[in-house]
Amino acid sequence: MTILARSWRWVESEAIGYRRVWRGTVISSFVNPVLFLSAMGLGLGTLVDSTSDQLSIPYLAFVATGLLAATAMQTSAGEGAFPVMAGIKWRKGFHGAITTPLGPADIVIGMMMWGAIRLSFVLLVFALVSVFLGALELGPALLAVPPAILTGLAFQGTVTAYTVTRENEISLSTLFRFGIIPLFLFSGTFFPISQLPQPLQIVAYFTPLFHGVELVRKIALPGADSSIVTSLPVWAHVAYLTVMTVVGIALAARWLDRRLRP
Amino acid sequence: MSEPLVQARGLTKRFGDFLAVDAVDFDIAKGEAFGFLGPNGAGKTSTMKMITTVSPITEGKLTVFGLDPAADGRRIRQRLGVVPQEDNLDMELTVAENLYIYGRYHDMPRADIRRRITELLEFAQLSDRSDSPVEPLSGGMKRRLTIARALINEPDLVILDEPTTGLDPQARHLLWDRLYRLKREGATLIITTHYMDEAEQLCDRLVVMDKGKIVAEGSPRQLIAQYAPREVVELRYPEEQMEGISERLGWLEGGIEILADRVIVYTDDAEATQRELTIRDIHPEQVLVRRSSLEDVFLKLTGRSLVD
Repeated sequence: MTILARSWRWVESEAIGYRRVWRGTVISSFVNPVLFLSAMGLGLGTLVDSTSDQLSIPYLAFVATGLLAATAMQTSAGEGAFPVMAGIKWRKGFHGAITTPLGPADIVIGMMMWGAIRLSFVLLVFALVSVFLGALELGPALLAVPPAILTGLAFQGTVTAYTVTRENEISLSTLFRFGIIPLFLFSGTFFPISQLPQPLQIVAYFTPLFHGVELVRKIALPGADSSIVTSLPVWAHVAYLTVMTVVGIALAARWLDRRLRP
Repeated sequence: MSEPLVQARGLTKRFGDFLAVDAVDFDIAKGEAFGFLGPNGAGKTSTMKMITTVSPITEGKLTVFGLDPAADGRRIRQRLGVVPQEDNLDMELTVAENLYIYGRYHDMPRADIRRRITELLEFAQLSDRSDSPVEPLSGGMKRRLTIARALINEPDLVILDEPTTGLDPQARHLLWDRLYRLKREGATLIITTHYMDEAEQLCDRLVVMDKGKIVAEGSPRQLIAQYAPREVVELRYPEEQMEGISERLGWLEGGIEILADRVIVYTDDAEATQRELTIRDIHPEQVLVRRSSLEDVFLKLTGRSLVD
């Protein structure tokens, strides 16, 4: 078996388990964007659009693209955290799997593949809800999904690498409290980072969600001007997120090996 | 003699400064049931993990099926069935699905897996539970399912790490019965246990491990013959009388072991020993005479009680 075939075996087992829980996850995939887009986009957006003309597009379109990338981050960070800790410590499924021809790297890649499949669905629903609520046109909404998937994978890989070195769920809630939530708030999701004080703007340039949000907007909102996006080139965002994904997977595989095969 | 299935020479495992397995040698032949007996922390599980290729060896030499675990781990695991100490079944899947995914991990065709699942569920006496979730199964059922899962790929070697720990007597006997059947069918088994009776019942040959070392090796019968005299007289005393007991019984030949609540006297003639006790006016609360067992071998070898 090749490494892809082995990883795919892992995807199969995830899919078998998922058949029993899919209903619940589908509902939350719909509910989330509806709640966020109506509160932030329609509610807050009406206020923003009526009191400010700093943005060249409706706030709803601005925040929908930002939230698409942020949703990818949150979904994938979750996939890299809880199921991974479960496999190592709570249910120990990883320990069983590595006594078969599967190895730690196969598990990591399998989980990434499964994560990408799940994320695609979540983001597709998000994109369609955006269209339905009038935030985006159908074409741009669909175009925004692939860059958002890349954003998600960058997070899943690195969060997996982090999780495999941790002992308990406190470390996971710490990650979300001090990592994921600040990124969610200050990466240009809800307001352009040009609104931040200069030093924080520079910090934002180095953070991953900023690149995800920028990439989604540059793809989904062609012609977006400097009130919406920075002048960084698209390839810079792609490169940042790709490197982060690859480094994340490599470290996760290496550290999981160390963890499971002491 | 054909090449051993597993061979270890000077096999050593160190975790930092802790020496878990200390230069052990053993050969396991095809078709035998081989036991590793020892208390918790003796190095049994570390040895199992090296054989299953999920823990790299620190020093020495180890071959499994003539292959090197470091280089050919995947090829070795393809032919192994592993029953871990702690169940790690997938609680989100049904009984049959747990078997199915392991068949897939072993790259078996789906039709073969389905045929095998039917056989194995019957073997594990879980046929009527095929589609039920794993969570509500009893401990014994989960254990049998874990064993069935280890057999999905028709392994050449089955490794069972404390297969009956934590089970009630009934579940244990049912499990032993299944393992006998496997043995009869010619499977090679490696079993770790800290239950004497389990080792005596299941193992053709075993090693006794203590503090990372192998302290004795042989068949259960040989070990008993070599390390423990034929019979054992157990003298039970109330706690307050245990003080100074070693002086009072120091005259006994063949050796004694003093435990918290009793003294174990090894002897070739229990009747003679009992007569001697009466002559010397020694009257324990209770006297029990029995054949010596592996537990006595263990006490003799390590000077302490096995199940700690």
